[in-house]
Amino acid sequence: MENTYLSVIFHSTKSYIGLKVVFFCHSGPFRILVKRSFFIEDLIWRELLRHIGILFIHHSIIHDLSNKLLGVIFIIIMPDTHALVNDFLNQLKKRKIEGSKATAKLTAELLRSVISQQRIPHTNQAGALIQAIKAIGEQLIAANPVEVAVGNIVRRVLHIIREEDLSLTTASIGGLSLHPMSDDEDNVDPDDLSAAAVAAAARSTLRAPSLQTLLEGVPHSAPLHQSSSSAGDSEEKTKSTDKNSRSRKLKHHVIETVNELIRDITTCHELIAEQAVEHIHHNEVILTLGSSGTVIEFLCAAKEKKRSFRVFVAEGAPRYQGHTLAKELVARGLQTTVITDSAVFAMISRVNMVIVGAHAVMANGGVIAPVGLNMVALAAQRHAVPFVVLAGIHKLCPLYPHNPQVLLNELKSPSELLDFGEFSDCMDFGIASASPLLHVVNPAFDYVPPKLVSLFITDTGGHNPSYMYRLIADYYSADDLVLQQRPTS
Amino acid sequence: MDSRRAPRTVIDPKVRQVGFFAPPDRSQSVPLLQNSNSPPSPPLSDLSPSGNSLSPVMIPPPRHLSDLSSRAVPVGFPPNRLLSPLHRFSGESVIPVGSYNPSEFASPSVGDFFEEKNAQSPGPRRSRGVGGSGKFASSLPAGGFELPPEVKPKSLTTVSVVSNLQPNVTEKVGEQSNESQDGRGANSKPLKEKTSKAERRALQEAQRAAKAAAKAEGNAGSGVANSVNTKAGKASKAPVQKKDNVSVAASEKRGGERMTDKDRKKDVPHPRMQFDDTSRVEKAKKRAVVKQTEVRNRVELFRHLPQYEHGTRLPDLEKKFFRLNSVHPAVYKVGLRYLAGDISGGNARCIAMLQAFQESIMEYSPPKEKALNRDLTAKLNSYVSFLIECRPLSISMGNAIKFVKSRIANLPLTLSESEAKTNLLSEINKFINEKIILADKVIVQHAVTKVRDGDVLLTYGSSSAVEMILLHAHELGKKFRVVIVDARPKLEGRLLLRRLLGKGISCTYVHLNGVSYIMSQVTRVFLGASSVLANGTVYSRVGTACVAMVANACGVPVIVCCEAYKFHERVQLDSICCNELGDPDAILKVQGREEINDLKDIANDENLQVLNLTYDATPSDYVSMIITDYGMIPPTSVPVIVREFRKDQILI
Repeated sequence: MENTYLSVIFHSTKSYIGLKVVFFCHSGPFRILVKRSFFIEDLIWRELLRHIGILFIHHSIIHDLSNKLLGVIFIIIMPDTHALVNDFLNQLKKRKIEGSKATAKLTAELLRSVISQQRIPHTNQAGALIQAIKAIGEQLIAANPVEVAVGNIVRRVLHIIREEDLSLTTASIGGLSLHPMSDDEDNVDPDDLSAAAVAAAARSTLRAPSLQTLLEGVPHSAPLHQSSSSAGDSEEKTKSTDKNSRSRKLKHHVIETVNELIRDITTCHELIAEQAVEHIHHNEVILTLGSSGTVIEFLCAAKEKKRSFRVFVAEGAPRYQGHTLAKELVARGLQTTVITDSAVFAMISRVNMVIVGAHAVMANGGVIAPVGLNMVALAAQRHAVPFVVLAGIHKLCPLYPHNPQVLLNELKSPSELLDFGEFSDCMDFGIASASPLLHVVNPAFDYVPPKLVSLFITDTGGHNPSYMYRLIADYYSADDLVLQQRPTS
Repeated sequence: MDSRRAPRTVIDPKVRQVGFFAPPDRSQSVPLLQNSNSPPSPPLSDLSPSGNSLSPVMIPPPRHLSDLSSRAVPVGFPPNRLLSPLHRFSGESVIPVGSYNPSEFASPSVGDFFEEKNAQSPGPRRSRGVGGSGKFASSLPAGGFELPPEVKPKSLTTVSVVSNLQPNVTEKVGEQSNESQDGRGANSKPLKEKTSKAERRALQEAQRAAKAAAKAEGNAGSGVANSVNTKAGKASKAPVQKKDNVSVAASEKRGGERMTDKDRKKDVPHPRMQFDDTSRVEKAKKRAVVKQTEVRNRVELFRHLPQYEHGTRLPDLEKKFFRLNSVHPAVYKVGLRYLAGDISGGNARCIAMLQAFQESIMEYSPPKEKALNRDLTAKLNSYVSFLIECRPLSISMGNAIKFVKSRIANLPLTLSESEAKTNLLSEINKFINEKIILADKVIVQHAVTKVRDGDVLLTYGSSSAVEMILLHAHELGKKFRVVIVDARPKLEGRLLLRRLLGKGISCTYVHLNGVSYIMSQVTRVFLGASSVLANGTVYSRVGTACVAMVANACGVPVIVCCEAYKFHERVQLDSICCNELGDPDAILKVQGREEINDLKDIANDENLQVLNLTYDATPSDYVSMIITDYGMIPPTSVPVIVREFRKDQILI
C-alpha cells in the first residue's frame, strides 16, 4: 500500500475543516496524490502538508500516473459557493464592505471560486459559465445596487469568459484559415463564410453597439453562447479529439484572466499614482474633499518624486475622512491645510486643481462621488479650476445614469448628523399627522455631471469624460449591458 | 511730527523694557506695605532688579497692565479722564493687592471703580487717599511707583543708567506725587500723568541734571541719601516741568488735548488693519488691552487677518476687568461676550453694542471746558478699539458706529449736556428700532409673500431674519416644509432646528455636503447675510456661497434677507481679502464624534494648518433677490440703496 495514490481534487476555499476530517480518517500509510485544480488556498495546502505525505503533480501528468493509482477519490469538498455567495451577499446587504476597491476585489475572488467550482458540460462551456455567473451576479447586484463595482466586476468576468472562449475558437480556427482576427479593427468585409465569419460575428458582439455593427446587420444582441456554441460545435466536428483539453483550457484561461483582473484591481492605485508627476507641478495648490486611498497614494507619489505643493483638505463631513487624509499628508511632510466643507467656495479661487476620488464612473462620464463633491465641482467650474477625478478602471460602470442623485444614492444613519438623544423627542413629534416633524437626510453620494469633470485619471491613463463610453467597449460586452437589465426589470 | 517720532522710536525697545521691569509692579504691592512704614528705597533698589531677574515669566499680566492702562489708555484720554489716572492709581494700588485674593477685594475695588467714575472733584478722593486706611496711604506712593516703569525707560536709553537711576526716579516721582498731593492741586498731577511727553522730557532733563549726583549716591542706595538726592533732583525738575506744562498746554489743556487726540487717532487700530504688516501689528500689540497670542500655524493666505488663540484671551481679559478704566463696564461686558461667542449674529451683536453705548452715554458727562461731541467721539473710539480687540467688527456694527458718530458730530452745540445725551440716546434707540427691529418686520412682511403652500424652503445656518420669516409664515397658516442646511464647526442650524421644531414646523436637517441631494426638492432658498456689498456680493456666514451656488445650479431662486443698515459701499470679489478667522481648534475636534481624532496629536506639526473661516462672499449672480426694508430688490440695486441710505443717515 506504500504506493497508493489517492487523487484528490479540491474545490474548497473555506470549508477545509471538513477536509481535515477526511484526511484524519485516511491518514494511513498511503500517499496522496493531489491534483491541484485551478487554485487552492494556501491555507489548505498548509493543512494538508501537516498531516499527510502529499505528492504534488500537475494536472497534465495525471494520465501518466493513472496506472499507479489505487483509486481515485474525488474528495470534492463542496466549496459551497452557495455559502460563499450568501456570505458575501450578507456583507453587501449590511454594507460591511467599505469602498469600491475592496468590493471589486472580493467580488472578483468570489466569482473566481464560482468559476473554478462550476462543472461545465462539454458543449457550450462558455454559455454554461456565463449562465452561472449571471445568476450569481444578479443576486450580488441586487444585494447592493448602489455599489456598482459589483456589477462592473460581474460584467468584466462575463466579458472575460466571452473573450477567452472567442480566443480559443479563433485559435483553433486560426490553424485552418489565416489570421482573420488580426485586422479585427477594420474588419469591414463580411464575405468570409467560413467559421471565421461566425467567429467574427461573435467578436463583433463583444463590442458596444455601434453604427457599423448596425449597418452590417449583425444581430449584436444575439446571445453569445449560441454563436460560441455554434462555433464550438463546428469546431467539435472538425476537432473532436482535443475536446477535453479545450474544456479545461477555457476554464483555466478564464481563471487566469480573472486573476489578472484581481491583480489589476489591487495595483490600480500604483498605476494611477505613477501619473501624479505629470499632473502636479511645482508649488501647485490642490484641493480635495474627504479622502480616498487613490488620492492619498496619488499625492504621496507626487511628493515622493520631490514635487512640492500644498494641499487644502476639506474634511468631508459627516465622515470626516479629510482628517485621515490630512494626517497622512502631514506625516509625509506635505503642507496641508484643513478647511471646513463650507469654506470650499471661499478657498477654491486660490486653488490650481481639485483632485478627488470617485465611487463610480458612469458611462456618460458622470461620477458617483462621496457626498459634497458636486458642490466642489460646481465651485471649481465657477472659478475655472480643473476638476480631476481619480478612478480605477473597475469603477467604470457601463450604465448610463438616470436620476443618479436619488437612484444611485444611499441614505446613511442620521446619527452622524444629529445626536439621537438630543432630538429624539422631535423625531416622532408629529402631533396631527403620523409623520414625524423632523427628517434627517444623510446621503452618502453625490452625482457630478460630466460637464463638471475636467479629466479622469485611470490606471490606463487620462481620459476625457466624453471618452468614457468608448472605454466601456473595451472592458464590457454589449450583451451583458443589455442582459443586465433583466434582473432589474 | 519729529518730536513725537523720536520718543516713539525709542519707545519700541523700551516698552520691551517696561515689560522687563514689570515684576516690580507686583513686588511693589508686597513691599508697599512695608514701604509705608519704612523708607521705601532700600527694598526697592533691591527688589526691582531682582524682581526682574526672578520673574519675567511668572507675572506677565501686571506688565501688560502697566504698559497698557498707563500708556495707551491715559494718553488717549480726555480731560474727564485726566482725573481718572489719579483715581486709577488709587484703584490700582488696591488691585495689585486684590489680584492676590480677588474675592476679597472684588467689592471694594468695584466700589472704587465706580466712585472714581462719579467723583469729579479730587477733594474727597484725596482726603480718602490721605486720611484713609494704611492701604490707601500706601496706595499713593504706589501711584508713584506705578509711573516709573512707564516713564523711566522712555527717558533713559541705557539700561545701566536705568538700573542705577531706578531707585532715584521712583523715589522722585513718588515724592513728587506726595508733594503734589500736599502742595499742589489735583491739576498738576494728572497733567503730569497726562501729558506724558512733556513730562517725559521734563523728567529726562531732571534726571540728566540729577544724574551725576544720582550716580554718585545711587549705589549707596540708602533711603536718606536717595531722598535727599531726589529732592535735589525734584527741585531742578519741577520748574522745568512747569515750564513744559505751560509751553505745551499754553491754552491750558487745549494743546495737550489736541496732541492726545492725535495720539488717540493713532491708537485706535484701523478696523481693517492688515495684519501682515509686521510693524503695525507690533504697534497694535503694544496697544492691545487683550493679550493675544498668535495661533501657531497660520495659513499663509490669511496672514493679513488677525488670528489669535482663543482660550487664552478670555480669562486674561476677565482678570483685567478692574484695570480697564478706559472701557465702560457695559462695553466691557459686551466685549467679553463677543469674545466668548455668547452673542453672535449681526443684529444681536449690533444691538448689544448699541445698548452698551447707550449705557455708557447715560453715565457720561463731558469734562469741563470740553466739547461733548468731541470728547464723546474719542471715547467711542476707544470703546470700538476695545471691541475690535475682542472680535473684529461686523460690517453692520461698523455702520452702526458710523451712525452714532455722525449723530454725535451733528449734535447742535447749543444743547445742554443732558439734552444732548437724551437726544443721542433717543437717536440710538431710533436706530435700533427702525433700522433693525422694524426693518426685520418689513422684511418679514415682504418675504412672507414669497412663501406659498406646499413650498419647501431651504435655509442655511441660523439667520434671525429668516427665522422670523419662517415663524411668521407658519403663523399665517401656510403649509411648508423647511430644509435646514448646517455646517461645521458652529452647527448653528441645530439651534434653529430646535426652535422651529418647537413651533411645530416640519423640518429636514441636512449637512452642507448633502445640499445637492436635497436641492432638487427645494422651491426657495432663504439666506441671511452679514452684509451686502455694493457690487451685490453677499457677505455672509461661510457656506452660504456654496448653498447659493448649488441652488443656482439647480434653478432654485435664492432670496437673501438683509436689513439695509448692513449694506456697505465696499466691494469685494473673493472671501480672502477680508474675512474673519475663527478658532482653529474647533475644526480639529468634531463635536459629538470623539472617534474622529486624527488631527489631535499632530496639531502642532508645522505642516498642518487649520483654517476656520467665518464668512464668505457670494457672487451676486447667484442671488435672485434681496429683501430689505426698502423692498425687494435685485442685487444690482444694492449700490443705489447704499447711496440713499448713506445720504439718509447723514441728513436726518
